[in-house]
Amino acid sequence: MIDKLAGALNFYQQALQLRHERQGVLAGNIANADTPHFKARDFNFSDELARAVAGDEQERALHLTTTSERHLATGVSTEEVDLLYRVPDQPSLDGNTVNMDVERVQFADNSVRYQAALTMINSRIQGLKGAMQSE
Amino acid sequence: MFSIFEISGSAMVAQAQRMNVTASNLANADSVAGPDGEAYRARQVIFESRQNGEGSAGVSVREVVEDPAPLRREYRPHHPLADEQGYVTMPNVEPVHEMVNMIAASRSYEANVEVLNTSKQLMLKTLTVGES
Repeated sequence: MIDKLAGALNFYQQALQLRHERQGVLAGNIANADTPHFKARDFNFSDELARAVAGDEQERALHLTTTSERHLATGVSTEEVDLLYRVPDQPSLDGNTVNMDVERVQFADNSVRYQAALTMINSRIQGLKGAMQSE
Repeated sequence: MFSIFEISGSAMVAQAQRMNVTASNLANADSVAGPDGEAYRARQVIFESRQNGEGSAGVSVREVVEDPAPLRREYRPHHPLADEQGYVTMPNVEPVHEMVNMIAASRSYEANVEVLNTSKQLMLKTLTVGES
């Protein structure tokens, strides 16, 4: 029963987790806009989400040791995302590849999508709650 | 989310220090002699990215270096600090560079404040997930 509930929310949880991760990466890019030799980084969100949701969760989950087969499987996924480097369209002399405009746009975009994921997980929870309540 | 606070916070600290150094340079653009009797030398901060964990990186100021450019010499024979030829040694501060630095620092600071604010709002919203 509980794992069904967790499964119902899994997709949104993974999406939020990845959005959060990306938020951190983009914040790091913006923070390092003036650091010499800093290379801007990012990851492909849809690839990572597909990997996180469809991929075999057993492999990437952090398990508690189960000493009996009747123990429930617990898993907090701690997969690492595949961080890539941004291709600079205008390299700067100090070796920094942060393009502030790109980063800010991506940051705003990511924030809105994070909010969207929050709204969706909320309505999902409301739907499940509604289904569980007696009239 | 807390890591974002740390990242943006470190950037704000670093940019504020850059601003500080710029302010000190501009303020001393015309000081003829410092406490050691030497003319003031312009200072610049050097940023360094600070890796904390995979991917996310904050910023810190690695060091504050003195500008090695030659000091400016002005011909002012009646100045009390003039040398035998009548020249006074002045700081090597370039006001134009400093203004540009100041504007760049304040823009970067603003961008980081924005990042911080947005992240804070998202975090507060996340805390209310599941409430009706």
